[in-house]
Amino acid sequence: MEAEAAKFIGAGLATLGMIGAGIGVGTLFSGFLQGATRNPSAAGGQFTNLILGAALTEALGILAFVLGLLILFS
Amino acid sequence: MADPMHQFEIHKIVDLPDFAIPGVGVIDMAFTNSTLAMTLAAAGIAGFFALATSKGAVVPGRLQMVGEAAFNYIDNLTTSIIGHEGRKFFPFIFTLFLFILAMNLLGLFLVFTATSQLAVTATLAAMTILLVLIIGFVRNGANMYKLFVPAGVPWYMLILVTPIEFISFLLRPVTLALRLFGNMLGGHVALKVFAGFVVSLGMLAAGGGLGLLGIPGAMLSLGGVVALTALEFLVAFLQAFVFAVLACVYLNDVVNLGHHH
Repeated sequence: MEAEAAKFIGAGLATLGMIGAGIGVGTLFSGFLQGATRNPSAAGGQFTNLILGAALTEALGILAFVLGLLILFS
Repeated sequence: MADPMHQFEIHKIVDLPDFAIPGVGVIDMAFTNSTLAMTLAAAGIAGFFALATSKGAVVPGRLQMVGEAAFNYIDNLTTSIIGHEGRKFFPFIFTLFLFILAMNLLGLFLVFTATSQLAVTATLAAMTILLVLIIGFVRNGANMYKLFVPAGVPWYMLILVTPIEFISFLLRPVTLALRLFGNMLGGHVALKVFAGFVVSLGMLAAGGGLGLLGIPGAMLSLGGVVALTALEFLVAFLQAFVFAVLACVYLNDVVNLGHHH
């Protein structure tokens, strides 16, 4: 296999790490919505926590994305 | 198709003479498009708040209302996360939030996004973590080790917890820089890729025959660009907010070390 082709396949494989981040963010928002529909009055106060959790989960997906870019452009 | 990475290239607008620091090396002082985007962002914030606070009426007008709302929003944030000492850190958090927000929003209107450069986001992250370290050591001194040794954890668990806490502390500046950089880079690449589809499918349709099938595809990707642009406005605000929240959380760890509130 040519090195260039292997590079593209590797970059594609590296982005698979985003699957985990996708599942994580989905779980997070489903949990928030379940809680929010049961007790809507408490939902507003948890917005910062929701965004914080989403940001921390998403960071791992971003790491996979950056890894893919590093493989592709270095 | 046009190269989606072309938009992130830095080129010099005004070439200034190099600046040599002994022991560090030569620094290129050229005025680049990245510098221009950051200058515009800073000037935009200063101009906006000069306009918003120029009247200073008791019953605020529209512009003053926006300025006060932004001020209030971050003030509530620092107080709710850091506690009653949060107001000390309000100027830093507010500046950070506004600067990142202005750079993100300008990136959607102009051709260049300053926050899609790792150098810019890494500088902001390094600044935040340095402030956290300085405040932590000044306030707690040698008690800083408590950051890695949570109270109420049995000793045999500490063997496991302390290295994890330490590594996660070291990763904080890295994730802080990469999150903002990755989000802005990823969003703008996706925008350019979809915009590129419109052009290349339109070219296909111009050839006539079976290529006319490209027209619905081009329409679909044009709709995609519009939807993605709307999403990017949300992301631009959210990432500035997330950066501010995380800076607050990291500051709270060292300000209220050892006692929960």
